[in-house]
Amino acid sequence: MNLTLRVWRQAGPDAPGRFETYQATDISEHSSFLEMLDNVNEGLIEVGEEPIEFMHDCREGICGTCGIMINGQAHGPAQSTATCQLHMRSFSDGDELVLEPWRASGFPIIKDLVVDRAAFDRIIEEGGYITVDTASAPDANLIPIPKETADFAMDAAACIGCGACVAACPNGAAQLFTAAKIAHLNVLPQGQAERYQRTEGMVDVMEEYFGSCTNMGECEAACPKGISIDFIATMNKDYRKAKSQNRRSS
Amino acid sequence: MATKVSERGGASAPAKRSPFLVELYRSALGKKYVMAITGIIFMGYVLAHMFGNLKLYQSAAEFNAYAEFLGTILYPIAPDGAVLNVLRVMLLGALILHVTAAFQLTQMNRNARPDSYRSKRDFVAADFAARTMRWTGVIVLLFIGYHLADFTFGWVNPAAEGATLYEKVIASFSNPAIAGFYLVANLALGLHLYHGVWSLFQSMGWNNRRFNHWRRYLAVAFTVVVVGGNLSFPIAVQVGLIS
Amino acid sequence: MTVLDNKVPDGPIESLWDDHKFSMKLVNPSNKRKFDIIIVGTGLAGASAAATLGELGYRVKVFTFHDSPRRAHSIAAQGGINAAKNYHGDGDSVFRLFYDTVKGGDYRSREANVYRLAQVSNNIIDQCVAQGVPFAREYGGLLDNRSFGGAQVSRTFYARGQTGQQLLLGAYQALARQVKAGTVEVVTNAEMLDVVVVDGRAAGIITRDLVTGEISRHSAHATVLGTGGYSNVFYLSTNAMTCNVTAAWRAHRKGAFFANPAYTQIHPTAIPSSDEFQSKLTLMSESLRNDGRIWVPNDPDETRAAADIPESDRDYYLERRYPSFGNLAPRDISSRAAKIVVDEGKGVGPLKNGVYLDFADAIGRLGRDAVADKYGNLFDMYERITGENPYDVPMRIYPAVHYTMGGLWVDYHLQTTIPGLFAIGEANFSDHGANRLGASALMQGLADGYFVLPHTVGDYLAPQLGQPKVDTSAPEFDAAEEGVRAQIDGFLHTKGTRSVDWFHRELGKIMWDYCGMERSKVGLEKALSEIPALRAEFESDVRVLGAADTLNSSLEKAGRVADFFELGELMCKDALVREESAGGHFRVEHQTDEGEALRDDDNFAHVTAWEWTGTPAEPNEHREALDFTNVKLSTRSYK
Ligand SMILES: Cc1cc2nc3c(=O)[nH]c(=O)nc-3n(C[C@H](O)[C@H](O)[C@H](O)COP(=O)(O)OP(=O)(O)OC[C@H]3O[C@@H](n4cnc5c(N)ncnc54)[C@H](O)[C@@H]3O)c2cc1C
Ligand code: SF4
Ligand code: FES
Repeated sequence: MNLTLRVWRQAGPDAPGRFETYQATDISEHSSFLEMLDNVNEGLIEVGEEPIEFMHDCREGICGTCGIMINGQAHGPAQSTATCQLHMRSFSDGDELVLEPWRASGFPIIKDLVVDRAAFDRIIEEGGYITVDTASAPDANLIPIPKETADFAMDAAACIGCGACVAACPNGAAQLFTAAKIAHLNVLPQGQAERYQRTEGMVDVMEEYFGSCTNMGECEAACPKGISIDFIATMNKDYRKAKSQNRRSS
Repeated sequence: MATKVSERGGASAPAKRSPFLVELYRSALGKKYVMAITGIIFMGYVLAHMFGNLKLYQSAAEFNAYAEFLGTILYPIAPDGAVLNVLRVMLLGALILHVTAAFQLTQMNRNARPDSYRSKRDFVAADFAARTMRWTGVIVLLFIGYHLADFTFGWVNPAAEGATLYEKVIASFSNPAIAGFYLVANLALGLHLYHGVWSLFQSMGWNNRRFNHWRRYLAVAFTVVVVGGNLSFPIAVQVGLIS
Repeated sequence: MTVLDNKVPDGPIESLWDDHKFSMKLVNPSNKRKFDIIIVGTGLAGASAAATLGELGYRVKVFTFHDSPRRAHSIAAQGGINAAKNYHGDGDSVFRLFYDTVKGGDYRSREANVYRLAQVSNNIIDQCVAQGVPFAREYGGLLDNRSFGGAQVSRTFYARGQTGQQLLLGAYQALARQVKAGTVEVVTNAEMLDVVVVDGRAAGIITRDLVTGEISRHSAHATVLGTGGYSNVFYLSTNAMTCNVTAAWRAHRKGAFFANPAYTQIHPTAIPSSDEFQSKLTLMSESLRNDGRIWVPNDPDETRAAADIPESDRDYYLERRYPSFGNLAPRDISSRAAKIVVDEGKGVGPLKNGVYLDFADAIGRLGRDAVADKYGNLFDMYERITGENPYDVPMRIYPAVHYTMGGLWVDYHLQTTIPGLFAIGEANFSDHGANRLGASALMQGLADGYFVLPHTVGDYLAPQLGQPKVDTSAPEFDAAEEGVRAQIDGFLHTKGTRSVDWFHRELGKIMWDYCGMERSKVGLEKALSEIPALRAEFESDVRVLGAADTLNSSLEKAGRVADFFELGELMCKDALVREESAGGHFRVEHQTDEGEALRDDDNFAHVTAWEWTGTPAEPNEHREALDFTNVKLSTRSYK
């Protein structure tokens, strides 16, 4: 198949950007979206133009590196699918595709379609863990955890940290990412001791970088792992409790 | 980019303690609670307001008596009009909080994406109501101003000096332009309510996987009842059902 | 040729590690912060090591070329992690895990390391559960297990099909906690491009900031590489696109011996490639073999759809050839069996390059929901990639390069031949011999990082108390930085005609054809003449556009591919001198009448460790003898 691409090119963080138009020709419908870009890049190198920089690594939908705004949708049109897992059969011959980087002040653009998502690490550092030194853990089967609870934690823990939620959110909010991590740890018995410190700490850092939720649900729709916005509600409740608990205990 | 993570390391000294609610309000989530709680107050208000106004369908006397009654709640325990005025002040306070929080959050969200997408967004989940909250909010706000000027203060009401409230209502709604404006404003209110009602459950964290889908139904039902009632009044006047 | 000292202490294997921990030197808690440690890599190995060393109080600096520690390739592991917990009372024990691993590795691993690995496997599960890793559980709330290839007990812990992700997030979160505590500094987007050796010891590293292009120097008392495996030398593999050998290779060029490079693992269950533009292969977790049955049609000219082919016309070749292990035969065996049937022309799919992995029986037996519960996300992934629904039509699978058992040679302390330079995780060679069992790489990465390295590094550092780390203005740092800059300038100034990827693809083809699932003397010799020729072409004709002072992924890749060329040559050399078949290394000249691998324990029960001489074609060979005192050498049989 043949496609027309309009791709955001930006030489560096502070450089002005613009759309450039490229033709992708003779693309197999079995190839992945990123393989299609590889192909375009090969062509660019051939004619002496710098290839398009884009984020990718595992190409299996698990590392969370990839992410492109494709025709106004984060990770493109397929549901629950990261950009790298998107295949060309989702498009038709002759389509025009517009490719933009994630845009949010918490995710500054580095080059072309590449952004810096370090803010997510900052959020995790503020309590997205359970404090347990190596070799100090009791036997793993000491605390039974109901299957339902473990499954719930896993649903939340499935987040790959890609940032599509932020990219898709009309407010540039990072609620879904933050809520998923908080929910994963807050629901487990091991996570109780630090539950409220964690919630307050992570939410506060999140708000330093990102916007605020107006419950649009775009994040959930864009999320390649189908993380539910129910977790956001849970986080909101825990935050309120955290604010008063932490006050009392400090 | 060599992001030196440890620069932020170590807890920063806690800022001077403020009262709990103020501290809560400082966070965006706190502002969302304010939006939600004041929203609930408005929900109660618009529902009662709509039900009360159904008396339009009973008779002019009933309606005027009801208006009278609102002014004399708890009289003589409280002075004439006091409770109504307290309620008004509360509503005004809630309105100020609601609008201020909305304004501040909007500001925050603008800052979160100063550089917007150049291509057209293709929204999947965010419905029209959700995306237009700011605008329906502004329309409703303007409408409230007009509505107060129309019936509460009577500044813009076409009825003669000294008319009863019933007469004022008929006078206003007989004018197709005003009736039309009421219809539009109430549709905006409907959109605002629909998203707001659903949304407040999220903001307050009232969720339970088993009941979550009911939140949408509730939002629809509530909106239909309130807006349906409200819309009926100008229409009834226009078609001559009440006069 | 020297015989290497693996520093394994004497004593009964059961108490070897505990006794040794007692005899190693310790650094007093308040002195730990006087030591700087550099860790390269934030995969399971690197992140767990960094977090633990940080907890202990060392000053740790961690580098990764990824934009976040959480993106390391470990995140992609699907199936699970082994441990000898014996929670299911099916007869598992530390000794059995040890035994299975040595046997699975075709008796080419070091007993003492493997025993230690089996011992600490249990601590890993405890540690991870305490961190909040949401392992799968049974309805009673206790941990669930599944079985994996090469084992007859259920000892694999898993978190849906995302075990590596959950384990890595656990380690990453432990790391984040240390960042917050101020003991660890994480430097992201930083690629290590050289190791600096001063007075025979590792003194630090040179890195390039991938975003700004800045080259910088870092020194420390000890340096640890947890930089993963080199499967991408084959171009097509199941590894993430950026996996590479650069860190290990540049350490090799500075004097660290490279052991058993030819031992590569071909995983039996990947999705066959669909066309020649394919950029990578996607693994379907081995756990699928628990319930899926592997078969091909009997007739090479079969045209019917899978469901229409009656049982009598199907060949369940694994069940037929290996009745006791059946579809759970180890990876090397299953992979080669698939190659044999596909080479016979019985392959399935449009390119006839796959075999069926069929769930019809399992769906009939357990019901669709139960199958979906176990493998749902894998099925979804398969459908996303191929457009076929595996609930209705059997999956098509084919072997793909997946893991590299070879790596930097390390002793019992995980120290390379450069004092002060340690290698952990897939980057070292230590525990899997000639073939790795499923679910043991995660185990090894975390064992090294959480439970082994933190002790052995202390033993190395203790005598250096009071000594400052080498200053980064030392001439050795100047020289190393100069070398890095020269290479980068070289790439940008070559201005040739072909892209880096083109060369990588061509190299990959040579490696796959001659050093892949089957190797022969003739083929390897051919490869050894083709690789240097292609490398020369690469050096004179590569086209790298753009500049050095911005994000430039072609430039990054050029450096990695340059190292793959040298590594590829060494792999072929290693495969050529190993005149036997063992595990993932199958020499056509050495097989039984039934086509099974034929080991030569008299001549090859050793590790081959190569020393860099400056000329890729002429490395020096060294050996470490392998003594088997606890496991009897026998012919591996899975029949
Ligand atoms: C698809 C797939 C599925 C798998 N499934 C399983 C499984 O189910 N069970 C199992 O046990 N094993 C599995 N494995 C194997 C296992 O995942 C890996 O062997 C293991 O995770 C390697 O961990 P590591 O920490 O050694 O390296 P990695 O996780 O590869 O980490 C390497 C780190 O080093 C960094 N790095 C490398 N070079 C440099 C450099 N020059 N400069 C700076 N940083 C550098 C990278 O940024 C990264 O952070 C699987 C492998 C694959 C490919
Ligand atoms: S919540 Fe979903 S969209 Fe957001 S970072 Fe996680 S996986 Fe990506
Ligand atoms: S490249 Fe890893 S999730 Fe897409």
